[in-house]
Amino acid sequence: MTPTRSPNRLAICSIFFCALWFAGGAWAQGTAYVSSEKDDALTMIDLGTLAIKGTIPTCKRGRHLQLTPDRKLMLACSDSGVADLIDPATGKSLRRIPLGDDPEAFDLSPDGKTIYVSSEDDASAVFIDAATGKKLREVKVGQEPEGVKVSADGKLLYVTSEVASLVHVIDTASGKVIKNIKVGKRPRRMAITADGKELWVTCELDSGVTIVSTADHSVLATLKFEVKGARAQDITPVGIQMSGDGKRAFVALGRANHVAFVDVAARKVTDLVLVGKRAWNVALDKSEKRLFVVNGLSDDLTVVDVPGAKPIKTVPVGRVPYGVVVVE
Amino acid sequence: MRWTVLALTLFVALFDAVGTAQAATLKATLISPESDPRLDRTRVERAYLGHPGGPAAEGVQVALDEGGFELEAAGAAVALAPATASSLESARAAAQAAEKAGAALILTDLPAAWTLAVADAVKLPVLNIGAPDDSLRQQDCRARLYHLLPSERMRADAVAQALVSRKWSKLLLLIGPSPADQLRAATAQASIKRYGLQVVASKPFKLSTDPRERDLANPLLLTAGSAYDAVWVVDSDGEFARGLPYRTVLPRPVVGDAGLVALAWHAQFERYGAPQVSRRFFKAAKRPMTDRDWAAWMAGKTLLALASAIPKGPNGAWAQALAKTSVDGSKGVNMSFRTWDGQLRQTMLLTDGQGVIAQAPIEGLLHPTDVLDTLGADAPEKLCKAAR
Repeated sequence: MTPTRSPNRLAICSIFFCALWFAGGAWAQGTAYVSSEKDDALTMIDLGTLAIKGTIPTCKRGRHLQLTPDRKLMLACSDSGVADLIDPATGKSLRRIPLGDDPEAFDLSPDGKTIYVSSEDDASAVFIDAATGKKLREVKVGQEPEGVKVSADGKLLYVTSEVASLVHVIDTASGKVIKNIKVGKRPRRMAITADGKELWVTCELDSGVTIVSTADHSVLATLKFEVKGARAQDITPVGIQMSGDGKRAFVALGRANHVAFVDVAARKVTDLVLVGKRAWNVALDKSEKRLFVVNGLSDDLTVVDVPGAKPIKTVPVGRVPYGVVVVE
Repeated sequence: MRWTVLALTLFVALFDAVGTAQAATLKATLISPESDPRLDRTRVERAYLGHPGGPAAEGVQVALDEGGFELEAAGAAVALAPATASSLESARAAAQAAEKAGAALILTDLPAAWTLAVADAVKLPVLNIGAPDDSLRQQDCRARLYHLLPSERMRADAVAQALVSRKWSKLLLLIGPSPADQLRAATAQASIKRYGLQVVASKPFKLSTDPRERDLANPLLLTAGSAYDAVWVVDSDGEFARGLPYRTVLPRPVVGDAGLVALAWHAQFERYGAPQVSRRFFKAAKRPMTDRDWAAWMAGKTLLALASAIPKGPNGAWAQALAKTSVDGSKGVNMSFRTWDGQLRQTMLLTDGQGVIAQAPIEGLLHPTDVLDTLGADAPEKLCKAAR
């Protein structure tokens, strides 16, 4: 028996393409910037066409990428030991700020004046004056510090140690570690809920997120991810972002090649979307209709339609892509 | 015996570490050979892949040094004492002395027979970081014997998997003259069978320049006479294997103990935070981190994991927890001990000595429970009879 193509299916197909066109085109102007570890450049993706529109040369081995409060791109370069401050309007580097040896991730104080950076080699969190590049303070933490997150009021700094499986809570005023929170194995990245009450920590070798109370720094819950067809050891969460209203969290599941949408209040996964290999970091656009997922082992980026929980397009970017920021 | 107490001291002043008052110190003893022919200067200088690059204590120490915060947060402490042995008997005596002195675990970087003697002399868990011998995981396995270093079988399986992934299925097997070579050749044959590869010819070799023995010693003559996809060389000594690549009659790769070699670690491994580990080791030991150092480092990590999970001990609690402990070895997976033979399941790295060419298990390989168990003796084979 040979299958015949029914008119019904054609109709379904055209609706599907229509949705694709709608999701992909006619969007607000803007650019997604992607850092990659082996190119010494940022790749720019046009938000309208979802095509690459160019690259910006940067410092060497760029990793963590973040927007400053005054909407400039700040990229930490592990090999150069600097942050490259780039003006998205011109695509030019404004200046480079020394960050010390092997900086990996950072966060900024709410006023943008202080950079808090994890120094992987020295096992420390370093406070740097963003204007002068002067090292203000260095706080020793557990080996291989990675994720850095500042509380909304700027008073507390959270730093993960991948080796010690701890989140260090540091008082930014005194530079003292006030608490070491035991979380899951190999903690990577963090997000704070919109109400400021919970710190979510992705734990790469624990297939989950440890949820910590910001009031008393106790562990409230552990959210474990499950992906059909993948074993726990292949679910290695890293990147995390919360929606503006704090209701949803988006977590890249690493080698499970999926991104999870999580209902924050219920602490339950609502959707799983297939993306590229070793989904690493994620970013939402302003309307929160599209999620950009960087795939570290397939050298590409997957654009996900958030309302439909479906991948729209995968764009090849640089070698070993790491971080992504959306500017509109 | 002198116990070096690590950690704890530095941070106690800064924090009100909960429960430090009741915390017990986890004591462990590392037994190494008194004079170690593996560490003779000329051998170490040659740096054959899979051979030790220096004392095992260095790897253990790096792990303990990096554990300060973890121990402090848990209010725990670990102390490591070194011991040496010049014979099987003195290894046994050192183990008994350590047990008497209150050690919770014993680490051994010893030949297989000595390791076994240590395991039989005490009622403590023994972490083997020096003996890759399959016998210790099979007929001579022991309930309290754990292995951080991959077995010979795991190494051979990893090589076989790499060959399968390349479809290099016809093999010329070259086997060295030592008893260890005979055993390891049998292991290679088992892996070749397990992965459906084919041996087209198997030949003994000998290190010699005697023209009367050139059939045994000349790489060109040894590799002539049959068609193969790769040459698998079994050479525990290392000198012959090192000279084999690019000296084969056919332009074919060499695998096994030269060319492409399966190891627990290589200092050039780039993924999963591995460069940081290699860098920390290099800073401390002033030499590149070898697979042996990784196994020693993992033993240190295991001690840390036990102490911080159960800060109060006692020794019996640590011994019990060990079987269920999982450790992050910076190879991207959580690693645990196999319940059937105490072997740490782990990713293997395939290296040419310059970098890491591939990882095993190779992608696409399937296993009913854990794909890491495609490397080494699996549960259904029931090769270890000791009840754990």
